[in-house]
Amino acid sequence: MAMSKRKRAEYIRYAQYGVLIVVVLLVAFLADWGQIRRAFFNTEIAASMFPNVITVALKNTIIYTALGFGFGLALGLVLALMKLSSVAPYRWIATVYIEFFRGVPALLVFIGIYYGVPIAFQVQFPPLTTVMLALGGVGAAYMAETIRAGIQAVPKGQVEAARSLGMSQGRAMITVVIPQAFRIILPPLTNELILLTKDSSLIYILGLFREQYELTKFGRETLSRSPSLTPILIAGLCYLIITLPLGYLSRWLERRGTTGSRKKVSA
Amino acid sequence: MSETCVEITGLKKSFGPLDVLKGIDLQVNRGDVVCIIGPSGSGKSTLLRCVNLLEEPNGGKIVVNGTELTDPDVDIDKARTKIGMVFQSFNLFSHLNVLANLTVAQRKVLKRSEEEARRVALHNLERVGLGEKAHSMPAQLSGGQQQRVAIARALSMDPEVMLFDEPTSALDPELVGDVLGVMRQLADEGMTMLVVTHEMQFAREVADKVIFMDGGYIVEEGPAAEVIGNPQEPRTQEFLARVLDPTHHGPSDPV
Repeated sequence: MAMSKRKRAEYIRYAQYGVLIVVVLLVAFLADWGQIRRAFFNTEIAASMFPNVITVALKNTIIYTALGFGFGLALGLVLALMKLSSVAPYRWIATVYIEFFRGVPALLVFIGIYYGVPIAFQVQFPPLTTVMLALGGVGAAYMAETIRAGIQAVPKGQVEAARSLGMSQGRAMITVVIPQAFRIILPPLTNELILLTKDSSLIYILGLFREQYELTKFGRETLSRSPSLTPILIAGLCYLIITLPLGYLSRWLERRGTTGSRKKVSA
Repeated sequence: MSETCVEITGLKKSFGPLDVLKGIDLQVNRGDVVCIIGPSGSGKSTLLRCVNLLEEPNGGKIVVNGTELTDPDVDIDKARTKIGMVFQSFNLFSHLNVLANLTVAQRKVLKRSEEEARRVALHNLERVGLGEKAHSMPAQLSGGQQQRVAIARALSMDPEVMLFDEPTSALDPELVGDVLGVMRQLADEGMTMLVVTHEMQFAREVADKVIFMDGGYIVEEGPAAEVIGNPQEPRTQEFLARVLDPTHHGPSDPV
């Protein structure tokens, strides 16, 4: 009566295939394919979005993300160094910053920066600067912890070798530790870039002009003038143009990193 | 004639409640090779790391090349450029190729021109027999090659004394000879060297003076032939018997 282990494994595998087929058939029969086609695949509306969805929206998304990432990386590095500082107040400030901006929704941060900074400091930044501060300010909080982990993952012997050659603490940090830290954290940093690309959809709150629209705002705006959800699909596919290669890049960097030296980062 | 290069008096170092060095007096003359031997935990590596202040002493005085390192106002970075250090785990800068490993401190610390740094680096690579590896990455080299690059890196700063912290302990046995050969050649050229090692044959053949340490003290010191060939102290005899004839001794007593 008892079934052999191998037989049991075989039946379990058959059952898994069975479940998969049932689910696929159910979805295929229950979905209204005609409606789906009309709602998402209206070629006329799709065609009307070109070329602006690429030349304006995709371009702006990339520009905003690049600005935010660049500023976020610089601020994140400063925060990471503050967290590792021997001056206690620096550590406290960095911790408060990181915990706050990581814990609060990015949308609220954007609103705060857009409306709050002009009131608080009597300055009105140009839109691109606001985008950079908002996206970068949020990204920095995430990147700071990653960078700190990377710096701490650099073997202690590297600093000792640098110091014994007469480099000062700061010189050793710049010449030896930080370059190696960034090599270690390149894969998680690429993931931060993907997250930031998607967060850039939230800057619609900054009330940008038509030529400043990024992908999500562009899609929603087109949506408001059309009876179809096609613009949302197109905008979504455009995000994949950015994020899929980045995802591959991240995995490639990770593979390359682990085959060379077996260093693991706890991000 | 024999000028003092390293002078250590009353050196004390503790890690928390653990006293590692309990009063070390040591003098190294210019051009001499001093080998420090002893069981693990005897404080020999700590002593070496105090000589370039990688470990901060708790007491005593260290003078190297006429500079008192234990002076609170000492420019330690400047002093270290004259003290080469070679580590057990090589510690080559893994993100830089061999040539850049040798030039980076020359450029950033000594402010040498790129051309001069390159010339000095290539000269020292030739000295350790690795002239053709200038453009390799450290990860592409064997352990023995990495350690020879590390020696060349230290030499490129034109040090007046070289510290070796168990330079062959992390190497496969067949690669040890390459590194010891380079060190012997350095000694023959008159470099002042302080070597923590377990290589008794090297100590016996190359060292002008051998120091046996145990429990944070120097137990015995003298010419290599005497300390290794005819040790006077029971602890030295016991240690050497274990190292030179390891298969004929039972497990040591717990300390």
